Amino acid sequence: MSAPSGRQPTRRGALGMIVRIAGAVGLGAAVASIGRWAGGPAAASTTAQREVWQLDPHKCIQCGRCATACVLTPSAVKCVHAYAMCGYCELCTGYFPPDPYDLTTAAENQLCPTGAIQRSYIEDPYYEYIIDEKLCIGCGKCVKGCAAFGNGSLFMQVRHDLCLNCNQCAIAAACPAGAYRRVSAAHPYLLKDRSENAKESPQ
Amino acid sequence: MKRSLPTIALVLVLTAAALGAERFPPPEFTNHVLPTTTTPAPRSVVADMVYIGALAVALALAALFVHVLRSRVAIVVLAIVSLGYFGWFYGGCLCPVGAVQNVAQALGGGAVLPVLVVVVFLLPLIVAIFVGRAFCAGVCPLGAIQDLVVIHPLRVPSWLDGSLRLLPYAYLGLAVLAAATGSAYLICEYDPFLGLFRLAGPLTIVIAGLSLLAIGTIIARPYCRWLCPYGLMLSWASRFSQRRVKIAPTQCVNCRLCEDACPVGAIQTPNSGRPVPRHQGRGALAATLVLLPVLVAAGAWGGKLLAPTLARLDATVRLAEQLDAEASGAAAGTTEASDAFRATARPVKDLQKDAAALREKFLLGSTLLGAFMGLTVGGKLVSLCRRTTRTTYEADKALCLACGRCLKYCPVGRGAAETALGGAAT
Repeated sequence: MSAPSGRQPTRRGALGMIVRIAGAVGLGAAVASIGRWAGGPAAASTTAQREVWQLDPHKCIQCGRCATACVLTPSAVKCVHAYAMCGYCELCTGYFPPDPYDLTTAAENQLCPTGAIQRSYIEDPYYEYIIDEKLCIGCGKCVKGCAAFGNGSLFMQVRHDLCLNCNQCAIAAACPAGAYRRVSAAHPYLLKDRSENAKESPQ
Repeated sequence: MKRSLPTIALVLVLTAAALGAERFPPPEFTNHVLPTTTTPAPRSVVADMVYIGALAVALALAALFVHVLRSRVAIVVLAIVSLGYFGWFYGGCLCPVGAVQNVAQALGGGAVLPVLVVVVFLLPLIVAIFVGRAFCAGVCPLGAIQDLVVIHPLRVPSWLDGSLRLLPYAYLGLAVLAAATGSAYLICEYDPFLGLFRLAGPLTIVIAGLSLLAIGTIIARPYCRWLCPYGLMLSWASRFSQRRVKIAPTQCVNCRLCEDACPVGAIQTPNSGRPVPRHQGRGALAATLVLLPVLVAAGAWGGKLLAPTLARLDATVRLAEQLDAEASGAAAGTTEASDAFRATARPVKDLQKDAAALREKFLLGSTLLGAFMGLTVGGKLVSLCRRTTRTTYEADKALCLACGRCLKYCPVGRGAAETALGGAAT
């Protein structure tokens, strides 16, 4: 913005403008230096420096708030499957409720309220369980079942193709276990893998 | 030995269960490839750039419409577009209003500052330094949603308006304190319109938003005036602005139409300073200047008293208190949070140490916040003693939200010419 049109620029106007420009530059420098103060870069510009929300599956207590607290409906948190950890059991406690009527894929036998887990026969005695994320609402019921009696291969993750990366994750604020934290956008997932169980395996 | 084997096996299985270890070894398939777990990438930097670009363009247009085109209609159209893009489409996050907290958290040493946040936080402030609150006029979705429902704005008595305008100071201070300690993002948590932008959210927040809109039909922009922490920062920046909203294009004729048109009471009337004898004014000023350090000290003391209460904003402090209460038998039962903490097998001492550190932070922060509030009240009293001589109606740089209603009502210029020609003044 130059001096208002139709008026000669005055000394006072020029001084004011210098003060304003100095103020704007100073403000910018101050905010950028706050970034440095925080021990990080002045401002995180690259993917490696940016942060996104994620939940630590080892702290998760499957309370069900991921489904209800997210600003998105359905939630951006979904159940994901670490296939390498799965036992491929016929009686999957993540798929079937504690005492199923029958070990079939009929709706009354499923733990998942939306039928988001697809159960398919591979070879005797193995069955594979695949999550259909379009149906998953992130309620964590299957995760609870799998953690209680299975290998813990089902776990919850914030899916970043859906997550809005809110300033303050509403689920993080509601999580009783403090499982949510900001992680680097370069490594936005905290996945479970077989190694953590294999090293403690009683074999 | 034979009998001990099952026992050993059972112990091993139980230990394994406790560690979440493999109970069922993964199968070795004859011919089946394991599916892979997908990991979709987060939103790219490009999306951030698009948002920054949109914000910059909207701010430039707002400044243009307020100061150059001087058109209320153009400002309304921009406000509707901004509400659509920044509100409904973008989901209202990230916004400059909330970015205050990211900056505060970085100041407290608890987060990195993304470029997006820095730019979004700075742009409206820098624009305000030069041309006033263009952001409030037609960019901010919270302002736009309120501005569009103003039907019959009542004038709020100046004593009430002046008192309520102290609230944003408290809100800003609290929000900065909560964010700097990494405890909560209060502005986001209690953003009354976020639920309406996203068509989802806690019922209480949605009801609060609808109530504010209902009140907003007769009390214009209540959130902007009496709550918005960023609006307060913008008002500080606008005091330096070169341009204020110029109501009369030429000489003001003191017709008072703009004063009636202004929905937020931001128009200063001629000689709005109280006409008191000079010596009396001086006495009042001296008294308030003496009172100022007293108010600051009282505020700091009050803040210190409030520190333990404010510390409960933090989940760690709350959890530590809960565990204390459970240990002493004061708590009726356990909470999910305390059960989860016990399941982690982390020593309670660890948590208590964290909580103590946070309480220290809150003690310092609350004391500063109290002193800041004392300074605010004192500053207001000092400013009440200031004598002004004004001969025309002018928009107050700090309070004017640049909505442009007064421009429409001012009879000087085009409107007056039309009246003289016998046409209807618009």
